[in-house]
Amino acid sequence: MFVCVLSCFCVRVSRPPVCQPYSHGAMNLSGPHPSYPQQYGVQPSMQQMTNQMSGMQVGSGPLTSAGPGYAPPPSSEPPISAAYSAAAPPSYTQAPHPVSGAPSQPPPPSEPAAPQPYYDGPPPSQQQPFPSSAPPPSQPFPSSSPYSGPPPSSQPRAPAVSRQQSFPPGPPPPVQQTFPNSAPPPVSQALYSGPPPSSQPGPFPPTFASPAQYPAAQPPSQPGPPHFHSGPPPQCPMPPPSMSQQQANPLPPGPMQQPPQPGMQGGYPTQQNGAFGQPRGPQPGYAGPQYPGQQNYGAGPAPTPAPTQKRLDPDSIPSPQASELPAVQKFRHRIDPDAIPSPIQVIEDDRANKSSEPFTTGVKGQTPPLVTTNFQVKDQGNASPRFVRCTAYNIPCTADMAKQSQVPLAAVIKPLAMLPPDETRPYVVDHGEAGPIRCNRCKAYMCPYMQFIEGGRRFQCGFCSCVTDVPPHYFQHLDHTGKRVDCCDRPELSLGSYEFVATVDYCKNNKLPQPPSFIFFIDVSYNAVKSGMVNIVCQELKTLLDYLPRENPEADSVVRVGFVTYNKVLHFYNVKSSLAQPQMMVVSDVSDMFLPLLDGFLVNVNDSRVVIESLLDQIPEMFADTRETETVFGPVIQAGLEALKAADCAGKLFLFHSSLPIAEAPGKLKNREDKKLVGTDKEKSLIQPQSGFYSNLSKECVAQGCCVDLFLFPNQYVDVATLGVVPVSTGGSVYKYTYFQAEMDRERFLNDLRRDVQKPMGFDAVMRVRTSTGIRATDFFGSFFMSNTTDVELAGLDCDKTVTVEFRHDDKLSEDTGALMQCAVLYTSCSGQRRLRVHNMAVNCCSQLADLYRNCETDTIINFFSKYAYRSLLNTPTKTVRDTLVNQCAQILACYRKNCASPSSAGQLILPECMKLLPVYLNCVLKSDVLQPGADVSVDDRAYLRQLLSCMDVSESHVFFYPRLLPLVKLDGGSLPMAVRNSEERLSKGGVYLLETGLYLFLWVGANAQQELLSNIFGTPTFSQIDPNMTSLPELDNPFSQRLREIIDSFRSQRSRYMKLMVVKQEDKAELIFKHFLCEDKSASGGASYVDFLCHMHKEIRQLLS
Amino acid sequence: MATYQEFIQQNEDRDGVRFSWNLWPSSRLEATRLVVPVSCLFTPLKERPDLPPVQYEPVLCSRANCKAVLNPLCQVDYRAKIWACNFCFQRNPFPPSYAGISDVNQPAELMPQFSTIEYIVQRGPPNPLIFLYVVDTCLEEEDLQALKESLQMSLSLLPPNALVGLITFGRMVQVHELSCEGIAKSYVFRGTKELSSKQIQEMLGLTNPSASGPQGRPAAPQDPAVTCRFLQPVHKVDMNLTDLLGELQRDPWPVPQGKRPLRSTGIALSIAVGLLEGTFPNTGARVMMFMGGPPTQGPGMVVGDELKTPIRSWHDITKDNARHLKKATKYYDALANRAAVNGHSIDIYACALDQTGLLEMKCLSNLTGGHIAMGDSFNTSLFKQTFQRVFSKDHNGEFRMAFGGTLEVSTSRELKVSGAIGPCVSLKAKGPCISENEVGVGGTTQWKICSLSPSTTLALYFEVVNQHNAPIPQGGRGAVQFVTQYQHSNTQRRIRVTTVARNWADAQSQIQHIESSFDQEASAVIMARLGVFRAESEEGPDVLRWLDRQLIRLFMFHLRRSPFLQVFNNSPDECSYYRHHFVRQDLTQSLIMIQPILYSYSFHGPPEPVLLDSGSILPDRILLMDTFFQLVIYHGETIAQWRKAGYQEQPEYENFKHLLVAPVDDAQEILQTRFPMPRYIDTEHGGSQARFLLSKVNPSQTHNNLYSWGQETGAPILTDDVSLQVFMDHLKKLAVSSAA
Repeated sequence: MFVCVLSCFCVRVSRPPVCQPYSHGAMNLSGPHPSYPQQYGVQPSMQQMTNQMSGMQVGSGPLTSAGPGYAPPPSSEPPISAAYSAAAPPSYTQAPHPVSGAPSQPPPPSEPAAPQPYYDGPPPSQQQPFPSSAPPPSQPFPSSSPYSGPPPSSQPRAPAVSRQQSFPPGPPPPVQQTFPNSAPPPVSQALYSGPPPSSQPGPFPPTFASPAQYPAAQPPSQPGPPHFHSGPPPQCPMPPPSMSQQQANPLPPGPMQQPPQPGMQGGYPTQQNGAFGQPRGPQPGYAGPQYPGQQNYGAGPAPTPAPTQKRLDPDSIPSPQASELPAVQKFRHRIDPDAIPSPIQVIEDDRANKSSEPFTTGVKGQTPPLVTTNFQVKDQGNASPRFVRCTAYNIPCTADMAKQSQVPLAAVIKPLAMLPPDETRPYVVDHGEAGPIRCNRCKAYMCPYMQFIEGGRRFQCGFCSCVTDVPPHYFQHLDHTGKRVDCCDRPELSLGSYEFVATVDYCKNNKLPQPPSFIFFIDVSYNAVKSGMVNIVCQELKTLLDYLPRENPEADSVVRVGFVTYNKVLHFYNVKSSLAQPQMMVVSDVSDMFLPLLDGFLVNVNDSRVVIESLLDQIPEMFADTRETETVFGPVIQAGLEALKAADCAGKLFLFHSSLPIAEAPGKLKNREDKKLVGTDKEKSLIQPQSGFYSNLSKECVAQGCCVDLFLFPNQYVDVATLGVVPVSTGGSVYKYTYFQAEMDRERFLNDLRRDVQKPMGFDAVMRVRTSTGIRATDFFGSFFMSNTTDVELAGLDCDKTVTVEFRHDDKLSEDTGALMQCAVLYTSCSGQRRLRVHNMAVNCCSQLADLYRNCETDTIINFFSKYAYRSLLNTPTKTVRDTLVNQCAQILACYRKNCASPSSAGQLILPECMKLLPVYLNCVLKSDVLQPGADVSVDDRAYLRQLLSCMDVSESHVFFYPRLLPLVKLDGGSLPMAVRNSEERLSKGGVYLLETGLYLFLWVGANAQQELLSNIFGTPTFSQIDPNMTSLPELDNPFSQRLREIIDSFRSQRSRYMKLMVVKQEDKAELIFKHFLCEDKSASGGASYVDFLCHMHKEIRQLLS
Repeated sequence: MATYQEFIQQNEDRDGVRFSWNLWPSSRLEATRLVVPVSCLFTPLKERPDLPPVQYEPVLCSRANCKAVLNPLCQVDYRAKIWACNFCFQRNPFPPSYAGISDVNQPAELMPQFSTIEYIVQRGPPNPLIFLYVVDTCLEEEDLQALKESLQMSLSLLPPNALVGLITFGRMVQVHELSCEGIAKSYVFRGTKELSSKQIQEMLGLTNPSASGPQGRPAAPQDPAVTCRFLQPVHKVDMNLTDLLGELQRDPWPVPQGKRPLRSTGIALSIAVGLLEGTFPNTGARVMMFMGGPPTQGPGMVVGDELKTPIRSWHDITKDNARHLKKATKYYDALANRAAVNGHSIDIYACALDQTGLLEMKCLSNLTGGHIAMGDSFNTSLFKQTFQRVFSKDHNGEFRMAFGGTLEVSTSRELKVSGAIGPCVSLKAKGPCISENEVGVGGTTQWKICSLSPSTTLALYFEVVNQHNAPIPQGGRGAVQFVTQYQHSNTQRRIRVTTVARNWADAQSQIQHIESSFDQEASAVIMARLGVFRAESEEGPDVLRWLDRQLIRLFMFHLRRSPFLQVFNNSPDECSYYRHHFVRQDLTQSLIMIQPILYSYSFHGPPEPVLLDSGSILPDRILLMDTFFQLVIYHGETIAQWRKAGYQEQPEYENFKHLLVAPVDDAQEILQTRFPMPRYIDTEHGGSQARFLLSKVNPSQTHNNLYSWGQETGAPILTDDVSLQVFMDHLKKLAVSSAA
């Protein structure tokens, strides 16, 4: 229950007409920016924002109230309510009291005691959700420290300092309070009344207030809010001045720091505090440097304003140092970025709270740890979050509720996910010749939700309630509780995920499948040869073929391989083991593709090793002097398809392709890249495939179980949107290496290829999601093909592929039974066995919206939203897609505000604890290259990213949208340095940072980086001597270098694609690319900064509410 | 004066020409009454070891539509250095190089003994011979092995500079690239899709302009860099090709139970034709196709792949039940014409126990002068020897084959050309001496003969157009000139000119003379060719009736019974095969085909020819029958018993041993020279193979009349066919009645 209170222009409202554009009427934005989007783009907006912010006070006005508020804070709901009151910003900063939650707590802040009471409140709540974990923290509040290891520490300190100066007492306590709340995790509404809260760190506490969640808390909260609100006013006064200042300081940074804290707190009361603390933590890290840095950047002016009293508090709380003070001053003018919910804080809190204990799946409706947290999973009857993540773990009972909240109900399923070594992979269950036992009516597979009755002779289906006889061979007696005696011995009765051995009935044509085949298609046209690709592929294949996937690591792989090269004709190779030399068979009749040979095309690697090696040696030679520049593409896939048909097996095609297929052949493409269309209604035509040819082809591929992986090496437009159709529809992947250069990109390509070849996968798969009565899977996103509305057909399904499923109500659900979901994937393993993998998931149903908001996962929601939006691009103008997204999020938040948050002033932005990052993430989605392309983003890049995202899991989409930025300070010990937020102002000139985007790694080197640091990393102490073209770091014999390389390696190993390392020197040209990923900043393509967007969001919400 | 017999023989030896009449009736009306038209058998490349070619160009008549060649029949004015064309009477000056001409210093072409003369001309660069192997891989392992060996062997027989190419086919068609090092490379085509010549060339990369880069258009057909990928000089690639042939696999596609293997013969041929068309148009080339079964897919398919559907029989054809017949025939016709236009000939070597579709494919060879050989298996000496004999050489060590021939016929005014029958196609050349009355391939004075051997013989039909009321003066002579241009196997271009003349005779006054000039053998063959030609296009019985209406002598009895006209007991393929050979062999061989020769070996005397009659089959005789296609040695009952008893092994019966060996030796002699290699059958009385003999002999004794004839001789034939005796009786009766 976080309440982020972003007080925006609260009080101010009246004042600055400016606000108008921005904010609801209330806002005081300085006028210039009329429309939202525009504003985004414009810096001024920032300023305005800040201005507004300044006007606003985050703080719950109620510092005073806070005291009393004590109670209130809870009421307010722990959540971080970020109140963006127009005035808000200031509130954060300024108001010591304002400290958001503060209002309620703030008062208490002074007194540690206060927190305790909270605790009381919270603990229970916590217990409910997480019996074990919760309690401890709460009480210990003091003890809580462990929780928020970092936070507390930081906070306390910081606060100490600052407070001492400004508000000695106030802040700290609130913090603590917050903790307790946070512990419970859930939600919260944070009330930040504009002004007051800001002033005091306390505001955060108020956040906890989320009454809804914790009954106990609630009461207080309610009262609380008002207080808060009231609070604001005081802050307001502050703002005005800030306004001016802010304007002066375009840069948010200075202020940011301070404010964020409050925001953070808002989020998770406790955690928030912690969070805040943490952020500071980092800040401290920078602190010294940062500040300066900030100043450098934008802050310049900021410092001057320096000391504002009120601000100080909040600021001070968060940011330990004096430097803050100046920040504070700046702050007034704008919203302090530090006052708004910080992803880093949330991540760190979650990590701190949830990584220690294994996550057990036995409890229904429990939200798993975030994807960024390392945790162990114990399967106790529900699928591990590694397999299934839901947007909400409490589903509204009725369609009306669901519609009202607008929270998407979806599950992100990664059926064949790889598990860490310490978790067991799903057990394989064999039910004998008759096949898996299933419900007679809905055909659900045996699972823990089947209720055995009549002494075990029959079972009732948990999905459709139909009663089915237990086959004799499966009969078992029941114990006194009605469970089967062998319940614990049978994975299908006790676990959430397991596999069945499928019988011949589950096979195509009622024939057990053949082992799959891999066929490599290498483009040997001029460009491909010249770029060095052909050579690299051939060299690599020689060794790679020993690592074909196998189930038994001891045995040889049974996967057969075949080779084809092509330009505008295809060359098949006969590599039969009995031949002395491979034979090439040219098929020039590309208009009507066929397979020229049968015997000797698909071979076992070991049998034909000599011939294959000879072939791979000769291919680069044979085509070294080629002058053929035209290529075909459709016939290549057709050839693979024919080969698999002829061999009667499933398989995977690896295409290494270089250029737009313009040779006369089916599937020939035109160059239709037309940048002028970008931003118009016709834009979608760039994303839609050029013709229906490839979608028809993919249908055939899917029917045969022919999965296509495409490696592209384009030098110009290749129409990824069209070429990607088949890979995307067949469960394959597209890899793109634009301007491929052997020396630069070799590693990335080879690592991708190795992983792609080796990774475990299933073939010829069909996935079916069954649900209990009341909801229904209605929509699917990912790389697959559907010929009807229920069966997801995947020619190939590898361990990285994710299918996102959206559910809708078709009836009422009952709180008693909850909702069940069973995802069954029938596939052929790489050894040719037919298997069924089953994942079960049970979630709670709720009749209170608050429960919904308390048990959802923003990362997953973002995953869903982005996939939904990216797909919508096919048929809808980009602008509409963006607007729809913003709208839906606004509705979600407005619904929360209306139904779950305690009443507060309209100037407050109140966010549910679980969703406090929704705005920042959503902004990242909106700013992504796909939805808001910059001038340098090619049509191909957009199509590529669009397709890429469609099968990302939550952790990938998370880092994709909100990259991880690590300051490389001290790299000792096993832990990673704490990440910092993605904003330029977080960068210190004197530091070196590692940024992970999921596709790339950037190593940003500040212009003033310490020599020692540079020596450690690059082996040279001179900034200017660093080679910006290096793709890997020198292997230096010092702990720092070793550790850094370890970190890089470990990052790479976590992603399904190899991330190329780019060294970016500050103020180098390449820095532009790097900055593009600093997603909290305004982007060059016109994307709004986080602060701006938050304000906009607030405005939207207020409009909805009014 | 020599007898006509001698005259005829002499003419044949010198000019390779045999006319049906050696005196020509001088008017159209009279000619028509003679029934057998003025016609001849002409063997363009008749072996003339005694004829050294001259090394200069022939002198042509300057009249545009005449262009006859200077010949011994021309009137020459040595002083004026002028000669008069004996066909159009145009007076032509001799070219400057003939300045020294006089009646004592004559060029060879004016000497009477050089009525046939051969010129060697220099025109363009010499073209190497081209051999393109088209090989069926849907064979039994054993067959394929034998074929591979034969092919490998053949490489050693080719001249080193000859170009070779290899196309293999089964379900797919593969064109093998021969120039590549390392990886063996082939272009593969699907066997079911018909491609235009242009497409084929594009797909083979023969017309790829980008390959030739900026240097304009070096992709001219003859550009060796382009063509060499598929057609390579033997000396360069024989190792490669030998290996390649050695590695040839049986078609790997599985053949399900109850199915025939899928054979894309039609496409394979069209690719072969397309390839040559694109690379070596108008150059002599030989496509040699080896097939082990009928085409079963794609255009040109003859039978479906379902084994339960048998290949068409005569019965199906008469009932119009042969589904693929018309389509396939049309397809191969078109191919054959394309190949013929470019001077490429197509051989078919078909070895299978069942039919292979020769009926549909016959025109491939018939129109292009290619060979057809038919056998049961590639693993038989029949095939191996035949194939080897294709590459036989003459006394100069040069191949007995020539390519890209054209035959042009000029006639004097009273005569016009009706047509030709033989392995040729019309060149559709217009000229003054074309008869409106078409016989065989007519409407032209020029024919293309893509491939020639010394025995290749055409039948040419003429029409006397002189009107009855415009008598030719006594002693007038009609002349015919045959000009054959061809590519000699040593790559020279040569022109052989044969000019012959015959006296005109007034049929009313000189009927006896005309009668005595009748060449019975030639006429029989000429009429038989006409019969066969008609049989190809008309219903069998109609042709018989037509033949019966024509007056014909003895031979016709056997001709009627021969497989050329009689389809009973012969599959459509066999008929096509027999007819194919009949219309191209020279007179002697043709006669053998019409009326097989029967020799008798016994203790009663030296070997002697005996009547082809069941009466000749006696127990104490060994018979050797030569039907051209078969050589049958038949041991009479007693002889067979003796042989079984092994008398020949005993020294005292050495004479018996000699007797046994004698026919075998004679047979060997025939086998040595005959092309295609005949089927050699050694059988005895009561042996199953004896049917070959029994089916040929005149059934003078049958089960019907067995007892009415003397018991002492002969063997009864179980047949309902009438005997020669009966046939003659009927014929006489008819002759009389029709005359009445």
